[in-house]
Amino acid sequence: MLELDGCVFGNGGFRLAADWALDAGARCAVLGPSGAGKSTLLAGIAGFADQVSGTVRADGQALPPVPQHRPVAMLFQDHNLFPHLTVAQNVGLGLRPSLKLTAAERARVADALGQVGLAGLEARKPAELSGGQQSRAAIARLLVMARPVMLLDEPFSALGPAQRTDMLRLVVEVAAKVSASVIMVTHNPEEARALAGLVSFVDGGVASVPAPVEDFFARPPQALRDYIG
Amino acid sequence: MAWRALQLSRWPGALAVIAALALVLVALGAVILRAEPGRGLGPADWAAIRFTVVQAALSALISAGLAVPLARALARRDFPGRRWLITLLGAPFLLPVIVAVMGLLAIFGRNGWVNTALAATGLEPVSIYGIQGVVLAHVFFNVPLATRLLLQGWQDIPAEEFRLAAQLRFTKRDLFRHLELPMLSRVLPGAAGLVFVICLTSFAVALILGGGPRATTIELAIYQAFRFEFDLGRAALLSLVQIVVALGACLALFRLLPLHDPGQGLDRVVARWDRSAWDMPVILLGAAFLLLPMLAVLGQGASGLFSMPDAVWWATLRSLIVALSSAALLMLLALPIATLSLRHNAVEAIGFLGLATSPLMIGTGLFIVIFPIADPQAMALLVTVIVNAVMALPFALRILVPGLRQAVDAHGRLAASLGLRGARLWRIVLLPRLRRPLGFALGLGAALSMGDLGVIALFADPARGTLPLQIEQLLAAYRVEAAASASLLLTLCSFSLFWVFDHWGRRGA
Repeated sequence: MLELDGCVFGNGGFRLAADWALDAGARCAVLGPSGAGKSTLLAGIAGFADQVSGTVRADGQALPPVPQHRPVAMLFQDHNLFPHLTVAQNVGLGLRPSLKLTAAERARVADALGQVGLAGLEARKPAELSGGQQSRAAIARLLVMARPVMLLDEPFSALGPAQRTDMLRLVVEVAAKVSASVIMVTHNPEEARALAGLVSFVDGGVASVPAPVEDFFARPPQALRDYIG
Repeated sequence: MAWRALQLSRWPGALAVIAALALVLVALGAVILRAEPGRGLGPADWAAIRFTVVQAALSALISAGLAVPLARALARRDFPGRRWLITLLGAPFLLPVIVAVMGLLAIFGRNGWVNTALAATGLEPVSIYGIQGVVLAHVFFNVPLATRLLLQGWQDIPAEEFRLAAQLRFTKRDLFRHLELPMLSRVLPGAAGLVFVICLTSFAVALILGGGPRATTIELAIYQAFRFEFDLGRAALLSLVQIVVALGACLALFRLLPLHDPGQGLDRVVARWDRSAWDMPVILLGAAFLLLPMLAVLGQGASGLFSMPDAVWWATLRSLIVALSSAALLMLLALPIATLSLRHNAVEAIGFLGLATSPLMIGTGLFIVIFPIADPQAMALLVTVIVNAVMALPFALRILVPGLRQAVDAHGRLAASLGLRGARLWRIVLLPRLRRPLGFALGLGAALSMGDLGVIALFADPARGTLPLQIEQLLAAYRVEAAASASLLLTLCSFSLFWVFDHWGRRGA
């Protein structure tokens, strides 16, 4: 369970408030106009943004201030893979930042790559992969990291619609395997539907309490109607 | 934000800044304490100041003046070998000063090509010694620099403006007035100012082509007071004069001076519709002016390459060790400072140390400090390593900082979210991402140090100096052929060092 207890996150002069909780294994899409603060919400949970007030808790424990100590795995809009490392190394970083992997760990990496459909591509560099394959490699790393919270900051926005749906399905699958909750920023209502969970709408410096996606689109807030047009 | 998340520590950078500043300040302090201002400046000192400023001003004006037609021709002409020629414009930056001087001597010297031709036609010979030679050598070095800066200016004019100009049926004059003149009035003063400041601290050129009461720079005067008169007080006073002049010029021109980046890609030609028949002749003349001295050294030196005195080979070995150590020290300073400058932009201003101070001034100061406690001759190579590294610092920072910033911006958050920190962060992410600029900066640092003839001349026992010093000794003893062969060897070493590091950086980047 992830709790945002009276949280206000700061990014430069910008402030974003969130006061809600998410059950373990829940999936939540974050919708809202550009510049509303969707990414600040994720940065706040990951520890990249300033915690102005409130507390972020996971399973009742307040999260440490340092990003690397938080039980969080994140996919960014781009630069999810280091271009100079092989696919296996990029995934292996999720197990051991030293990259000194045991045989068992290497097997886990290979297995994870198999599960996302990249079996046999261990030695490739990211530039030798298609955009979709690069996303799959990053998802394989989420799988080996097995952190209880997955944060996705529009990681598939460069892909075509069909691929995007595939990737979402894959993320849902991977999250279920490690029983992680997922928070995904998107500006596409279709993606929010495809994630088939909850929706939080970010506007006016507040991230609203997540509501089930059907309810949300059945009674959309005025701001969303303006946003979709 | 990425910066904060990565928690790159600041103390190594702070330490490196303090070390570099301390070196300069200790030297400056020693010079101030040792100088005897009561003695005042004699007529010879005033002559040195006047000559320094006059030759720098002439060098700046002529270099900038010649660079305008050359850069203009290069900006609007595409031809086979253009890329190659633009790369060649970077070569004088790496070419050891003493080698260029050898090349110029081969062409304009007493028995050079020009005088041989003049004698054949019964004309009076010209002399390369004196102000004309000093300015000629400075022009050789700085026309390429000014041309690169101007070429950048030309390329920064948007292609749309040239298309618009074509549709508006601008004549060449209109084009010059509306597009090129505004650019030139912005870029040219900076280019000339930079050349002026660089030429203020000229030593090696003046050492060989200058001298005497009418052609002595302040740097050369420091050397002479030091080496021939053993007058440390006067050397210190002149060092003080040098820093006042150079720092004054830097401060006066501060807003003008461009950030010189020796690594810029300049291989784009903007399509335009105003080419002139004069472009190619101008380009050919420029190329000849740059190439002939280098080819002359090659031709003169090749035959004697394997019959050089043993001392040359030992000097080469010492120079290689100095160059590699200096490049290593350079990185030890530059990487932490670059890291710190991501957080505090002002830190990069430490780069101005290289322009405002001079190697001989620092050398004099260090000599004063070292002399009472140790044998300065024994420290000659160490001091050379350190001074060369500090002098190359501005270039290394200019090269490394953008790459580091890009690496941190692009990969910092991912690295932080994966828990990569400290040495591991450098090994797995930052150093591999920096490989290309790192190789370039290492190559530049090593090549510059290899060819440096500055502080070493002050400190070293001539029998145990570096290769450039050895060449100077050979020249002073009129052993021109051995000097030419040694120059060729020095050129090969400098360019190979640069090539090896730069190639390492490009490979797998």
